[in-house]
Amino acid sequence: MPQVVLKVGDDISTDQIYPGRFMATVLPSETPQFAFADFEFNERLKSGQVPHGSIIVANNNFGCGSSREQAASCLKGYELTIIAKGFARIFLQNSCNLGLRTIICPTLEASEGDEVEVGATEVVNKTTGKSSPITPLPKARQAIIDAGGLIAYTRQRVLQKHGRA
Amino acid sequence: MAGMTIVQKILARATGRPSVEVGEVVEPTVDLAMSHENAALVINQFLDVFKGTGLEPKVWDPSRIAIIFDHRVPAESSKTATNQKKVREFVGQHGIQRFHDIRGDEGGICHQVLVEYGYSRPGMVIVGTDSHTTTHGAMGAFAFGIGATEMAGVWSLGSVFNVEVPATIKVVVNGTLPAGVLAKDLVLFIVGKLTAEGANFKVIEFHGEAIRRMPVSGRLVLCNMSVEAGATSGIVPCDEETLRYLRDEAGVREPIDAVAPDADAAYDRVLEIDASSLAPQVACPHTVDNVKPVGDVAGTVVHQVVIGSCTNGRLDDLEVAASIVKGRKLARGVRMIVFPASWRIYQAALKRGVLTDLVEAGAVIMNPGCGCCLGIHQGALGDGEVALSTTNRNFKGRMGNPKSEVYLCSPAVAAASALTGVITDPRS
Repeated sequence: MPQVVLKVGDDISTDQIYPGRFMATVLPSETPQFAFADFEFNERLKSGQVPHGSIIVANNNFGCGSSREQAASCLKGYELTIIAKGFARIFLQNSCNLGLRTIICPTLEASEGDEVEVGATEVVNKTTGKSSPITPLPKARQAIIDAGGLIAYTRQRVLQKHGRA
Repeated sequence: MAGMTIVQKILARATGRPSVEVGEVVEPTVDLAMSHENAALVINQFLDVFKGTGLEPKVWDPSRIAIIFDHRVPAESSKTATNQKKVREFVGQHGIQRFHDIRGDEGGICHQVLVEYGYSRPGMVIVGTDSHTTTHGAMGAFAFGIGATEMAGVWSLGSVFNVEVPATIKVVVNGTLPAGVLAKDLVLFIVGKLTAEGANFKVIEFHGEAIRRMPVSGRLVLCNMSVEAGATSGIVPCDEETLRYLRDEAGVREPIDAVAPDADAAYDRVLEIDASSLAPQVACPHTVDNVKPVGDVAGTVVHQVVIGSCTNGRLDDLEVAASIVKGRKLARGVRMIVFPASWRIYQAALKRGVLTDLVEAGAVIMNPGCGCCLGIHQGALGDGEVALSTTNRNFKGRMGNPKSEVYLCSPAVAAASALTGVITDPRS
């Protein structure tokens, strides 16, 4: 059962998720080392203590600020799931495009260490026994997620345009 | 049926339909696609799209792509220099003409260059791999930030996929801004009212007497900072001032689509503001919506004053600052860093003696670029230091050090405070 490995508050900016001073690093294969670089959490990530599928719980407006895609790719590198009361638009789009799992759950209450199960329509905190409904992602993004991310989606579309699919 | 907002009209045109409804999903064609150094990542993702297809990677329309180097200029590391080299080679291979390299004759910060060169025009759909792409709403465009992978899709097919038609918040600014109160104060006040996520997934349309009287330079400040309330875009309807700027300053000769909202357009909400009642505003650490009148934080010690950026690095901003510090000296213990928004502005300020006034007072003039604003290239803060800046974000760690603090303000507040070493009301 996945655990909550980090709990954060409102308005976590992309500067906190991926500080600007590391922006010269762009490739998704290289960005994970700088995820939450100024948090102690960065050490836990880099030392392999955080299993894939682990959960970050946030309040409102997670990922506000810059359009830097590194903020999504660095978390995708550890296959984290982000459950927030709300996400900033560009971060949410980047996450869908790159396949970072984002769940909008306005009423979830959880603490670090809680075991959490993410279902199709609700999040169940197994530690407290409480269930909270999931707000579906903007429908605009679902087609891209279903295609396996934006690169795969665009590739399909390019092939269609050239009559190859 | 209610009429349409500007953004609905632009999206209807860009999808070849008579009308679009708020909340429906559309795929508008893109008129202008802008990137900066992160074009290196766009190129990587773009080439990935074509992998295994047997097709030659080819951008959909090189004349609609603009690339401006601004984030790390001149390169601060060999890594950046190598990425810039890769972008230069791509630009040459694909025949991208709107490329602004690190040059004193045509370079600058992307958002200023796009406007100065007349690339941003009313009625356009503009996307940029930069959140402050909202800036171009000042020219009457629907302009919004996207990620690098999304831009790779635009470069491939010329449209931006699956855009939900956004609802619009109408902000009406009545009256006249008092002396010493600038566009930056107005937009900080608005962000404080709306909150950092109050306009998330929405557009802010600016109206009212104070907006009609505001030059393009001020409207750019409003739209630039709209993203700090979470807005997809800010937008000012095209009017005589927009046309004057495009014709006289940007040298645009082609016909202009002066798209305007319908009188009966439906708005998500309407916010009315009396400009004449405003004081200078300051956004306090560590969120842009933590806004207070300058009097509430007057006396706070500052170590670094920054004037510049895509927000407040235009000629009128530099002139305001110079008029305050001319013939005087910065307080000891304060560093004042000035970075104009473009080299055209740099040259104009040089010719008018504005840069001389600033330097003689003790300021350091940097080349146009973004670096200092986001802590990636010079102007970093020490542990426990406080910056007062005309830039757009004060997030924890924004200027390169999570153990520092950033306050945001207008160029007038910044310059007045540089003379005293503490946050100071420029009207005093």
